Amino acid sequence: MSKTLAEKIWADHIVSSAANEPDLLYIDLHLIHEVTSPQAFDGLRLAGRPVRRPDLTIATEDHNVPTLNIDQPIADPVSKLQVDTLRANCKEFGVRLHSLGDSQQGIVHVVGPQLGITQPGMTIVCGDSHTSTHGAFGALAFGIGTSEVEHVLATQTLPLIRPKTMAINVEGTLKTGVTSKDIILAIIAKIGTGGGQGYVLEYRGSAIRALSMEGRMTVCNMSIEAGARAGLIAPDETTFAYVKDKPHAPQGADWDAALSYWKTLNSDADAVFDKEITINADDLEPFVTWGTNPGQGLPLNSNVPNPADITDAEERGAAERALTYMGLTAGTPLKSVAVDTIFLGSCTNGRIEDLRAAADILKGKKIADSVRLLVVPGSAKVRLQAEAEGLDKVFLDAGGEWRNAGCSMCLGMNPDQLKPQERAASTSNRNFEGRQGKGGRTHLVSPLVAAATAIRGTLSSPSDL
Amino acid sequence: MDKFVTHTGTAIPLRRSNVDTDQIIPAVYLKRVTKSGFEDGLFSAWRSDPEFVLNKPAYSGATILVAGPDFGTGSSREHAVWALQNYGFKVVLSSRFADIFRGNSQKAGLLTVILPQEAIEEIWQLVESEPQTSVTVDLDAKNVRIGSKIHAFQIDDYTRWRLMEGLDDIGLTMKKIDEVSAFEGKRADFKPKTLPALQ
Ligand code: SF4
Repeated sequence: MSKTLAEKIWADHIVSSAANEPDLLYIDLHLIHEVTSPQAFDGLRLAGRPVRRPDLTIATEDHNVPTLNIDQPIADPVSKLQVDTLRANCKEFGVRLHSLGDSQQGIVHVVGPQLGITQPGMTIVCGDSHTSTHGAFGALAFGIGTSEVEHVLATQTLPLIRPKTMAINVEGTLKTGVTSKDIILAIIAKIGTGGGQGYVLEYRGSAIRALSMEGRMTVCNMSIEAGARAGLIAPDETTFAYVKDKPHAPQGADWDAALSYWKTLNSDADAVFDKEITINADDLEPFVTWGTNPGQGLPLNSNVPNPADITDAEERGAAERALTYMGLTAGTPLKSVAVDTIFLGSCTNGRIEDLRAAADILKGKKIADSVRLLVVPGSAKVRLQAEAEGLDKVFLDAGGEWRNAGCSMCLGMNPDQLKPQERAASTSNRNFEGRQGKGGRTHLVSPLVAAATAIRGTLSSPSDL
Repeated sequence: MDKFVTHTGTAIPLRRSNVDTDQIIPAVYLKRVTKSGFEDGLFSAWRSDPEFVLNKPAYSGATILVAGPDFGTGSSREHAVWALQNYGFKVVLSSRFADIFRGNSQKAGLLTVILPQEAIEEIWQLVESEPQTSVTVDLDAKNVRIGSKIHAFQIDDYTRWRLMEGLDDIGLTMKKIDEVSAFEGKRADFKPKTLPALQ
């Protein structure tokens, strides 16, 4: 029977299945970080269980870590305790850990792909909802809760109910200045934050094929913002070339065997998706969110919407509350909205290509006097690469700050936070109330829009410069 | 995990949609390394408002949260479930839950019940006019009873059985561990390993 890509990967990982029960699925790779793992390791200790497959498990420190003075002990004692707990747990259970200061430390979803341990056809989980990022390689990757983290540590499996599949066809060619971030923001605005619920999304079409691996990761990263636990893209030559030179890529005969398997990983031509939608890439514009969920987005040259125009009562109420929180008035051109802070980073847009794209625009220019620009590479390796290319100089010369790797202001667990009512243009993935600091106001944007906004001080696209 | 068969208590109406896990428990509270004590962070940004429904004395002691659609979106943090449980909630009713939140709640023994939005609206109105209205959530009979009304709900048999028996998933999977070993014996050699570390 013909299958979709997600169904193929699922079928290849079934350990056992029985009627009216979830399938027991084997997990090829388990990524760990300090926030969602301590209670899981505690559970193992209580039950006297080992980590079944430390060789399929890897940990990094990312959510809490400071991005300044990383050679000194972490100042916040609670953050320090959490990081110390991870270190002790990894040591006790024999799990590989990349700690602060290590050249492979960084955001868990940046580290996996750069090490080459994220490969097509795998099942990948992490106690973090943006695990969907790894779907860019044609892997089935999704976020799990702490009970499930413990389950995977103990058994290397998860009992799961098979999700439905949705094809999202993005056809056409992006205009200059429009990026993968704009594709995914437009998709979420179209299907809503609950639109992908219960589905694995498969992104297809000429505009997706044309994206680099970094661009594909940005798209898959935000699948969760559309309500989907996972999003994936069939692997192709772009994928294989990206994996090939990475440290953990298969070698020799293994590479040949892997490659011939990977080439089977696509949805059959006659496979039936439970749902299918199409987006025209030619029409897309740089996107920005105006509200407090990622579905509340519009093309940058629109005006702040008027809640009175929204017919659905629930959505109207949400829009009214969002505008109050965001301090915005209906009808205001989005491009006239002045921001205080620009955050360039996160597992959505903190990769080398994102930094290059922003640096290209900032080169030889200064940021507006009224703004601060925080550049936080997604991993220590991205930071080193950027420095080798002189990108750090570009950001510093423009008046920005060049930081060490971590999640940073994406969720403000470390000292990088917005103050109440401070307004940010952010390349991260969530504009929830208080996400980047209590009372902070977030507009989600692409790295290009972030850079242009930094220069002009108001939400802007490169074409406004 | 405690068994859940039926629960009777009072309910709090939370008239908001898209309540994400950052609202349920903000990131600053996630630095703890235990599963308890998260009740202080529950809905913390809203709790400072005396008008917020959790602050109303009429609803003190409530154990059933009646939320708007798309409850629990966003981050996978299970701390959101623990915070609700630590506060005393046994059940959350909504017309739509985010997948990961629902999965987490089922693992941790917090019952999430899906009812049509009209039923949620009805319950909101009832408990807004009469906060002490008793609500019974019956997992055995698969219904929610309030006043003279009975709202039936759907839940898959496997999850229902697990919750009613209070069974934990790891124990269940351990019974199949030989099958896991057999699967491992057939895994392709080219699959990556994290050990030894390569830089
Ligand atoms: S960068 Fe943001 S979204 Fe990504 S893992 Fe870190 S906190 Fe989560």
